[in-house]
Amino acid sequence: MIRIIFAGQGGQGVLSAGIMVAESGLHEGREVSFIASYGPEMRGGTANCSVIVSDDPIASPLCSTPDVLVALNGPSFHKFSPRVRSGGIIIVNGSMSDCYAGRDDVTVYDIPANDLAHEAGDLRSVNSVMLGALCAATELVRDKSIFNCMNEKFVGKPALMEVNQKAFELGKAAVQFQK
Amino acid sequence: MSKVLLHGTEAICEGAIRNGCRAFFGYPITPQNEVPEYMSVNMPKIGGVFLQAESEVAAINMVYGAAGSGTRSMTSSSSPGVSLKQEGISYISCARIPCVIVNVMRAGPGLGGILPAQGDYFQAVKGGGHGDYHLIVLAPSSAQEACDLTYLAFDLSDKYRVPAMILADGMIGQLMEPVELPPMRPLSDIPVKEWATDGRFGKNRRILNSLLIKPDELEAQVNALTATYAEIAEKETRVENYRTEDADIILTAYGVVGRILKSAADELRRQGIKAGVIRPISLFPFPEKAYKDGAKTAKVFLDVELSTGQMVEDVRLAVAGAKPVYFYGRTGGNVPEESEIIEQAKLAISRAEAER
Repeated sequence: MIRIIFAGQGGQGVLSAGIMVAESGLHEGREVSFIASYGPEMRGGTANCSVIVSDDPIASPLCSTPDVLVALNGPSFHKFSPRVRSGGIIIVNGSMSDCYAGRDDVTVYDIPANDLAHEAGDLRSVNSVMLGALCAATELVRDKSIFNCMNEKFVGKPALMEVNQKAFELGKAAVQFQK
Repeated sequence: MSKVLLHGTEAICEGAIRNGCRAFFGYPITPQNEVPEYMSVNMPKIGGVFLQAESEVAAINMVYGAAGSGTRSMTSSSSPGVSLKQEGISYISCARIPCVIVNVMRAGPGLGGILPAQGDYFQAVKGGGHGDYHLIVLAPSSAQEACDLTYLAFDLSDKYRVPAMILADGMIGQLMEPVELPPMRPLSDIPVKEWATDGRFGKNRRILNSLLIKPDELEAQVNALTATYAEIAEKETRVENYRTEDADIILTAYGVVGRILKSAADELRRQGIKAGVIRPISLFPFPEKAYKDGAKTAKVFLDVELSTGQMVEDVRLAVAGAKPVYFYGRTGGNVPEESEIIEQAKLAISRAEAER
């Protein structure tokens, strides 16, 4: 069972990324759950979601101590990094945050996701960069499953599909470089 | 049949649509806005009616009318909106019109907050409106159950001519999970309603009414309702028992909180404490027997709610003093973490031992 928290600011695609991981797990025949935490905020506010991918039925859908944190900005990195379980993984968007978690019992991958998204051709693909990084760091779901979800999301928009696929590969390469 | 990833609220809609719901009336309120959103897209596709009413009061009275014509009808809201519907719900109960009311509970009292809560248990189970009536109240804990229980609610409501309520804590509005959808039921498969005011055109008149001004007529109606509730209690009680056979401590909660308890029970067992969970699925009728049976073997109960203690009263009535029943609750939209529940369970055990 892997419990992940995706966190960032509204508009960064945090919830979309979480749903893609849940969908991918589902398509691979795993048990999955997705729960979004929302407040009265919209774009610019904070957004986070908890995703669980498991081989067994999932009891609680909440992740109080996640195995993996994917933080897309500074405030969410600092809010959630103390909660990651010992031995867990943190993937942080280094373009928008420092990467000092103040603890040495977790693996931190510092990914300049905004820059990589820009390189891929569209800043909005920042969540795809982080998905690529997540898949490389955890081998949680197969790349192909994520691409299938992207294909569904960007149906009729081949240019966006290409950008997001490239962003995913860049994120993946960034983690492999740091491994 | 393959599973699809659905929001809890979407699962409620699919459960309704697939069991013949063809009229939806509602008014927006967080955290259940995905229900009217989904219905507005999907009802027209199947020849159903979606109508955004001018208020919650209007919506429940539209349900009164539409369901009275025999059409399976639903309304949905969240706590403050459901309070507004209470007058209509009492009328519908007296007129014995089947329908489904969804309450995705948010934090109260008052306008409260938009985050998950379970503060409407009393209102749903004890009768939030006036008069001697009850609803069939079902509490889903997952997206799958949200679908299945809504599907079931229409059948139970039709069978007993008692309105049914889906009482979901707000987490159902935030949750996405795989759901195996039931097949679409053809309308021709749904039993004909011999009482429906569906246009009689010269045949014998049918009247659905909640004004029974003669004392004996009203008393007969109330007695008939009471007899129906007793029959429902006998036949339609639903509960999930999780590792209770040998449990020393029984944790209990309904809705999504019940699932957090299951995680906590597993962890307690890893630590050497025999814990189990009773999760009522039907809140009315309340699964008293599960608690009575549990009290024979367990030493202590801990009831956990997103309220200051509502269902715990029914748990205490069922346990009837046989064993101590403790309570732990969070409010305001906060949801207890597994670690809090484990701590409270240990506290309950030591308190029970001290009091023995």
